[in-house]
Amino acid sequence: MKRSLVVVRTILWKDLLLELKSKDVIISIVSFAMLALVIFNFAFGSSSQLASLIAPGAIWVSITFAGVIGLNRLFVIEHDQGSIIGLLLTPVSRDSIYFGKMLSMFVFLTISEIILLPIYAILFNTSIIHPLFLLIVALGTIGFASLGTLFSAMAVNTRSREIMLPVMFLPIVMPILIGSVVASANILDGGGWSDASRGIHIIIVFDVLSLIVSPLLFEQIIQE
Amino acid sequence: MSNTNNNVGFAIEAKRLRKSFGSNLVLNELDMSVDWGSFTVIFGSNGSGKSTLVNNLATISTPTSGEIYVAGFDIKKEKALIRKNIGVVTHELLLYSDLTAYENLFFYGKMFNLPDIEHKIELTAEITGAKDYLRKKIKHMSHGMQKRIAIGRAILHDPPILFLDEPESGLDQEALERLYEMIRSGQNGKRTILMTTHNIDRGLEMGDRVTVLSKGKISYDKKRVDINRDVFEGDYISLRQSQL
Repeated sequence: MKRSLVVVRTILWKDLLLELKSKDVIISIVSFAMLALVIFNFAFGSSSQLASLIAPGAIWVSITFAGVIGLNRLFVIEHDQGSIIGLLLTPVSRDSIYFGKMLSMFVFLTISEIILLPIYAILFNTSIIHPLFLLIVALGTIGFASLGTLFSAMAVNTRSREIMLPVMFLPIVMPILIGSVVASANILDGGGWSDASRGIHIIIVFDVLSLIVSPLLFEQIIQE
Repeated sequence: MSNTNNNVGFAIEAKRLRKSFGSNLVLNELDMSVDWGSFTVIFGSNGSGKSTLVNNLATISTPTSGEIYVAGFDIKKEKALIRKNIGVVTHELLLYSDLTAYENLFFYGKMFNLPDIEHKIELTAEITGAKDYLRKKIKHMSHGMQKRIAIGRAILHDPPILFLDEPESGLDQEALERLYEMIRSGQNGKRTILMTTHNIDRGLEMGDRVTVLSKGKISYDKKRVDINRDVFEGDYISLRQSQL
């Protein structure tokens, strides 16, 4: 267990170091999501009733599509100079590699969200300082990163991976996204735990399923 | 060196090894064994299955059927133990080009759970002659220097078995000389090396056992001392032509 944690931490350290030098993933996610938020804002205005209705959807649509761009990069850096083979030649469990990459994606998304959420709050004139809303964002991000890491590994060996990843991934991640949008809408609308609990439960169930099944499938996907 | 199971007779052993990609059979009931401390050179034309064989022996790829034992460990059950005991150099560098040589080696040192990684990196850099390049990014190095770092990555954990899959690819003559010198000086009979190459001169000079792979099988296997260079070249050319 201790050894697995060291491996996960080492992969995270390596990915953060690479990101610090290349700035590929976070800049792509933030710039795309910001653009999407601005377009939503221009389309619906910031003070209308319509804007408050679409605000929860806008943030999740922006994070989802921008996140897919980040996922596309997650394993591409491992294919640079065949380093994925170098990684697979190390005597560590494939689960640890999966959780290392998943944690890297989770951290990239969380940093992007820390930048995006205040901008979202300003553009849509809404308050994001709500523990339940932040919990929903965190849970949604865990699900997105855990399933996304699996599909990113799957898509990276396909010929048109930029197209294949969203085509394969988005239908599967849909329950997590629907749960996140519904629960976020309830909270941003002034509701409490009782209003949002159904959505949060959906996210938690799919997060747990994904965190159990994805590492098992990852070993099969990554082998050849 | 890492813990091995070398009470068994061979460093590497493959029995009835088959590997196919769809309907394309690349390795066909291949049998081979490599003695501890030997330097085996494998020749073969493009598509003869050299890289596939190395990939299977090195746990990168899974055989369709057959048995493989590396350092005495069964590839079906003890992959992690095999990985601890091997170093692999392929056509590709297996390095992160945006990281420095030091960062790459440090990362792999951590993944191999090495104690005193800094010291190991220093030692490896000394062996590979890359000491002055440790703080340089891989992408800013010449291909020859990148290859040295790639070899450094493969020997960082001091594996008793080393797989070299056409290590000369993409190198100029000078870099090639240095690379062979490094492989030669690093061996001294203690490390088992299996190298695939197209370079007949170098292969015959360095190996103490010469093997030719043809149509997914070992078609020639002799000790270097028993080989007449001219006869071998003639035999090799006819074997290659028979594969066309």
